[in-house]
Amino acid sequence: MKGEVAVIGAGQTVFTRNCGVSVRELCFEAYKEAAEGLNISPKDVDALIIASAPEYDKQRTPAALISEYLGLTPKPAFYIETVCSSGTTGVKMAYSLIKSGLHDIIVMIGFQKMSELTSREAAEVMGRGDDTMFSSPFGTTMPAGHALYARAHMAKYGTTAEQLAKVRVKNAYYGSLNSKATYRKVLSLEDIMNSDVICSPLKKFDCCANADGASCVILASADKARKLTDKPIWVLGVGSATAELNWSARGSSTSFLATKEAAKTAYEMAGLGPEDIDVAEVHDCFTISEILAYEDLGFAKPGEGPKLIEDKETYHDGKIPVNVDGGLLSKGHPIGATGGSQVRTIVRQLRGEMGESQVKDAKVGLVHNVGGTGTYPNVIIFGR
Amino acid sequence: MDFGNFGTVSFTKQAKVMPFIDYLSQGKVMTTQCKHCGRKFFPPRQDCPYCLSSDVEWFEIKSKGKLLTYTTVNYGPSGFEDVSPYTLGIVEFSEGVRVLARISKKIAPKDIKVGMELKVVPVKLSDEKLSYDFET
Repeated sequence: MKGEVAVIGAGQTVFTRNCGVSVRELCFEAYKEAAEGLNISPKDVDALIIASAPEYDKQRTPAALISEYLGLTPKPAFYIETVCSSGTTGVKMAYSLIKSGLHDIIVMIGFQKMSELTSREAAEVMGRGDDTMFSSPFGTTMPAGHALYARAHMAKYGTTAEQLAKVRVKNAYYGSLNSKATYRKVLSLEDIMNSDVICSPLKKFDCCANADGASCVILASADKARKLTDKPIWVLGVGSATAELNWSARGSSTSFLATKEAAKTAYEMAGLGPEDIDVAEVHDCFTISEILAYEDLGFAKPGEGPKLIEDKETYHDGKIPVNVDGGLLSKGHPIGATGGSQVRTIVRQLRGEMGESQVKDAKVGLVHNVGGTGTYPNVIIFGR
Repeated sequence: MDFGNFGTVSFTKQAKVMPFIDYLSQGKVMTTQCKHCGRKFFPPRQDCPYCLSSDVEWFEIKSKGKLLTYTTVNYGPSGFEDVSPYTLGIVEFSEGVRVLARISKKIAPKDIKVGMELKVVPVKLSDEKLSYDFET
């Protein structure tokens, strides 16, 4: 396969509850893993894109500071955000800038150091993620938004709490194999079913957790990519969409329509369909999110997502392996860093570097990264 | 009276759609419809993006609607410590709008079912702030 823009390097830090280092140091660790082996120096990089969710940053306008620490000044740097999908929005921007011919090599770094906020500050931020005039005054939260979709899916299709829990069982298993994951304990169905209810029907183990971390994706034009690496991973399709911030203004409570839209764009651009995907990373901020992703990305028909996990078809040796690195549920969710981490996993899968969770002969991979409650989905398809 | 008087925690005071608050204080939950294209909006808005018109009229949401989905929130954000747990729901009304609000604590959680009929009712919160709940 070939394309016009390729990922030439991808890296991430360990995701952890409290990293104990500064944001610039965290970003450097991710950049180092991505750039190692590429034989590039700062002068070869044309631009830097920084992705994070600013409400969790203490540092105002961090792009220049990170550029300074990486030695990339005076090359242009800028900051971009779509909350939890900021990282893949950064990848999309890098793709566009390279495809346009403006730049040849771009470094994209996503980060979040959520431990800089006290739990009181984090609870305050959590209350402002929905329409602050007409939703937040009622006490909406991110788990509540996804719980509304879970309840509607259960009512319409008979989806059960056990089926949701089975997503976590899978992701906890693969998280136990991932040295970069925050949570490395295997969980049983009982562990999950017996955990505290956060927002019914979602329990503690149906939810991902805040974390600190950074990830880095380095992209290049076709010419530069071939010079710098033997294993370029081509960007074949890119799709994005936006849903209404008010859940009540949306057309469905059982599907994220914006994800369907983003997927359609990405599949059309790549000339591929869901049946062509060998391995996928989807945005499992909650167990229900992974089930909805199966359906919205076309891996399962509407209402049949739960059957995929029941039949273990999303394990690494199944029909369509999903989140076989542990997903957000095990890795933790350092908001701006998540998209780059998903890209890194797909790059490693397509290069055959995943060891025990390697999907046999993976040629085409998909990343699905979503900001908010189904609000800002990005779908990117990669091929080797 | 402005949007600062609306909801358990409010973030905005002023808006063009201030009649929403005035109507709520009079015991009515009202929203807007574009006078040109007839589109109905919730949340209420003063501006129609399809006609670029700001000519809207207000109508009351008074039917019994259908509960599309709900969740009981055990851990709320800042400012909701005293009201947790509470149940959020989305109701679809025959007036052609969907509304998000809390389901009244008068309804026992075990009696809440997707598909049940609910109406939207203005309520005064403990600190005299205005809001609305879903009730049977």
